[in-house]
Amino acid sequence: MSDTLKAVVMPKWGLAMSEGMLAKWHIAEGAEIKSGQEICDIETSKIANAMESSVTGRVLRRVAQEGTTLPVGALIAVVGEGTTTSGDVDAFINRFEQEFATAAKESSAEEAGSQTIDVGGRKINYLKLGDAAGVPIILVHGFGADLNTWMFNQPQLAQTHTVYAFDLPGHGQSDKLVAEGTVAEFAKATAGFMDALQVARAHLVGQSLGGAIVLQLAAGHPEKVASLTLISSAGLGPDINMPYVEAFIGATGRRDLKPELEKLFADPQLVSRDMINDVLKYKRMDGVDKVLRTIAAGAFAGGKQSAVLREQLAAAKAPVQVIFGAQDQIIPAKHAEGLGGNVKVRIIPQASHMPHMEAAGEVNRLIAELAKP
Amino acid sequence: MARKLSFRNAVNEALALEMERDSRVIVMGEDVSGGTGSPGETDAWGGPFGVTKGLSKRFPDQVLDTPISESGFIGAAVGAAASGLRPVAELMFVDFMGVCFDQIFNQAAKFRYMFGGKATTPVVIRCMIGGGYRAAAQHSQILYSVFTHIPGLKCAVPSSPYEAKGLLIQAIREDDPVMFFEHKMLYDVEEEVPEGAYTIPFGEANLLREGKDVTIVALGRMVMLAMQAADALAKDKITCDVIDPRTTSPLDVDTILDSVENTGRLVVVDESHPRCSMATDIAALVAQEAFDALKAPIQMVTAPHTPVPFSPALEDLYLPSADKISAAVRKIRQKAAA
Amino acid sequence: MLQLSREELLQAYRRMKTIREFEERLHVEFGNGEFPGFVHLYAGEEASAVGVCQQLKEDVDYIASTHRGHGHSIAKGCDVDAMMLEIFGKQGGLCKGKGGSMHIADLDKGMMGANGIVGGGPPLVCGAALSAKHLKTGGVAIAFVGDGGSNQGTTFEAMNLAAVWKLPAIFIFENNGYAESTASSWSVASGDIAKRADAFGMPGKIVNGHDFFAVYEAAKEAIDRAREGEGPSLLEFKLNRYYGHFEGDAQTYRGKDEVKRLRQEKDCLKLFRSRVTETQLLDERQFAEIDDEVTGLIENAVMKAKAAPYPTAAELHTDVYVSY
Repeated sequence: MSDTLKAVVMPKWGLAMSEGMLAKWHIAEGAEIKSGQEICDIETSKIANAMESSVTGRVLRRVAQEGTTLPVGALIAVVGEGTTTSGDVDAFINRFEQEFATAAKESSAEEAGSQTIDVGGRKINYLKLGDAAGVPIILVHGFGADLNTWMFNQPQLAQTHTVYAFDLPGHGQSDKLVAEGTVAEFAKATAGFMDALQVARAHLVGQSLGGAIVLQLAAGHPEKVASLTLISSAGLGPDINMPYVEAFIGATGRRDLKPELEKLFADPQLVSRDMINDVLKYKRMDGVDKVLRTIAAGAFAGGKQSAVLREQLAAAKAPVQVIFGAQDQIIPAKHAEGLGGNVKVRIIPQASHMPHMEAAGEVNRLIAELAKP
Repeated sequence: MARKLSFRNAVNEALALEMERDSRVIVMGEDVSGGTGSPGETDAWGGPFGVTKGLSKRFPDQVLDTPISESGFIGAAVGAAASGLRPVAELMFVDFMGVCFDQIFNQAAKFRYMFGGKATTPVVIRCMIGGGYRAAAQHSQILYSVFTHIPGLKCAVPSSPYEAKGLLIQAIREDDPVMFFEHKMLYDVEEEVPEGAYTIPFGEANLLREGKDVTIVALGRMVMLAMQAADALAKDKITCDVIDPRTTSPLDVDTILDSVENTGRLVVVDESHPRCSMATDIAALVAQEAFDALKAPIQMVTAPHTPVPFSPALEDLYLPSADKISAAVRKIRQKAAA
Repeated sequence: MLQLSREELLQAYRRMKTIREFEERLHVEFGNGEFPGFVHLYAGEEASAVGVCQQLKEDVDYIASTHRGHGHSIAKGCDVDAMMLEIFGKQGGLCKGKGGSMHIADLDKGMMGANGIVGGGPPLVCGAALSAKHLKTGGVAIAFVGDGGSNQGTTFEAMNLAAVWKLPAIFIFENNGYAESTASSWSVASGDIAKRADAFGMPGKIVNGHDFFAVYEAAKEAIDRAREGEGPSLLEFKLNRYYGHFEGDAQTYRGKDEVKRLRQEKDCLKLFRSRVTETQLLDERQFAEIDDEVTGLIENAVMKAKAAPYPTAAELHTDVYVSY
């Protein structure tokens, strides 16, 4: 009977998330839903986002009421078949909540945390999720970001793959040491990271500067690359919103920083207090200002992208896809034009520079598809 | 993952990082090492609360015990700052300002102005503030408003370990004299603190929580209580902005005004006495600058106009609490609804 | 005396004469209502400031002064024109007209400030001495303190601290007989301030403060001791001031003809001239030349100060912080 019932639970978006608020239901009780369908809006102190169902079936019960805050992993809905009785659903909920309470007591310490590894004398911070066999996925963030940018992607992708996200040198919790700040330097560091982890080959996903980095890596080490997903990628043309780069570097407080971060999203409401604070915390660390200025000079000299790698992209042997937000205010989506027949291009209308956050479900599906074993 | 650090160790780490970075940074005060000249151990104390423990062993030339002479050594710190060092002097309890205030407010604070902009006096004076330790009237006061009143001084009031480390490193790198107020009841509080050096700019308030009904401005240990109150109020669907100004001088008035423009209601929480305090100061600023936005009278949650009592029964009554903050928020919520 | 060259003697005289002329002229100008404020004149005590400061280096040695600070400022090398502008509260003043007579300072010259707070300086001097010790500059730091300041707790604390930390600090007490209007013979319980040195474990000495050469010798010994890392010293200079505590003080507490007698019998400039001319190292003509030169210097400074504009309104708000 209740074996056919499936739990929909509060997701965990990023390491720091311990609870979330169910802001709004998009589906009614009794509705038929499909895996991947947006079923509700969840708000955390860091970000608000639509949650996609991981299951298919009929919504038998919306357990969580709008406006309630629940811990990660708590039951928010029950999905099953139309024939299930209300008593069976009640019993399922009771059993789930008992087990959840017991599990919560026991498991507080065993959460996955980030680790560090030495890469060429620099401490690199990374997070590994999932333990599927096969070629892993490596996620490479952009300028001034860190591995938490993948909070909506890494947990989902980890259901089918081993997924590594890491902080580039000079970023997040990695050492704040950058020599030239060029795409080539970071490509070398990324290859070094793979070697240190003994990952011979991976599906590489890069966003913004990270896109140029994985593209450069693929050009130099085609044997290491199973596929390339370039999101809002640098390296595909000369244009870069240099006023943004300079304002991001110069901002010292939330008032200066907020309007800059808002340019990253089609919906500026997504820029939360915590997101701003996290960026400020990073920018306040000794050495970061120098790192950012070094990269700006190394990768975007004279307000233009120093590394345009379209030829290398055309020559790539591995399958490649390019994803842009149509409203990208940092690197124009037109850089995705004319890339050649082998390159799959997807332009997402309702996104700016962060489609992996604003359209996480679609981007996750595209990555998973390309990385299918 | 990022490690957790107590407020006490966050202060210690900030001092160590800065002494390591710059040999002109020296730490001085009564018992900051402890045991100097005694037959037993040196580094015996590390201050009465162990905040500077271990520093004198690592930096023997940069950590100086002093006689119990607050005027003497605070003045020496000021003079050293004016002549090339970057001293961090520990006054121990802020209550001891009475025996050295001249060196702070007539000397350090005024050098730059009196001398026509020629002096820089990069001194930091650390001191403990606050009640709850059953330390009675001469070891429990807040008093930061007294220093905030003085042009030429900057005042930082950290509310957590992360804040303490970043604000103290900033304080040491400031070229102006800085008063640094550590609430002694926060020393054992822990949170995630990055390992390397980082700074938090002065005059930039921290918005800890966003809401739409009421703005709560709180300082030092009161920030923690304000967050507890906001959590409790959220269960009843009353949501609050919680703002920690971080520094009372300079004061980030804009963040407070922006918030009050949105919520229309203000509760200021200050462990000081009610008159001529940061609570009255912030209330006056908001009344002057955002009167039209206010939907209800400004509320102040403060200690009463009495010395700090000793008896636990009395001191608990004396101190602001999360419940008192919640009650103040509810009071102006109801007023507007009526 | 013999260890000083002709040039050094001329310089010492020029400095003392400059202070004298500066103060005498201020007395007149203040009386005429040419500038406002509290003004404490140093006339009569010149041998102290110059006998000590002539031996100091501009870059590494510091002094902290008192409310009676013009003499120490000139002796430590502060610009006379800029000082005059400052006292008149004018643009171009040494402190931009923001400090006035009581707060003349020039840290670039190692002058940590005249001080409106009696006993304010000694703790600061411990700090400057600590800097010298920590930064190994070889510098010394000297607190000038009056007999009034000798009774302040800050002074006791600073002397103890200097001895405990073995600082290159010197505490010089200019005992001019009066703390404001109260006699030091009454207010200093130990009688001689120098006796207190013992209590703080440092050498102490009483010196005739009218005698430039006695001052010079005693200061040299203390400065050498400090530079050699042997710790602090105390010097008590017995001397006199020619004017009141401040300008406008009717000085009814002073004896009849007291100042007149002092000017005749104990004037440090007269003593200096006669000692030096006796040895034929310098002659009266050379002193007369300096006198003329100094008169011109001060006249010029006063004219400039009178002609200069007041600070602009924008100056009210600047120089409070380095950044805010």
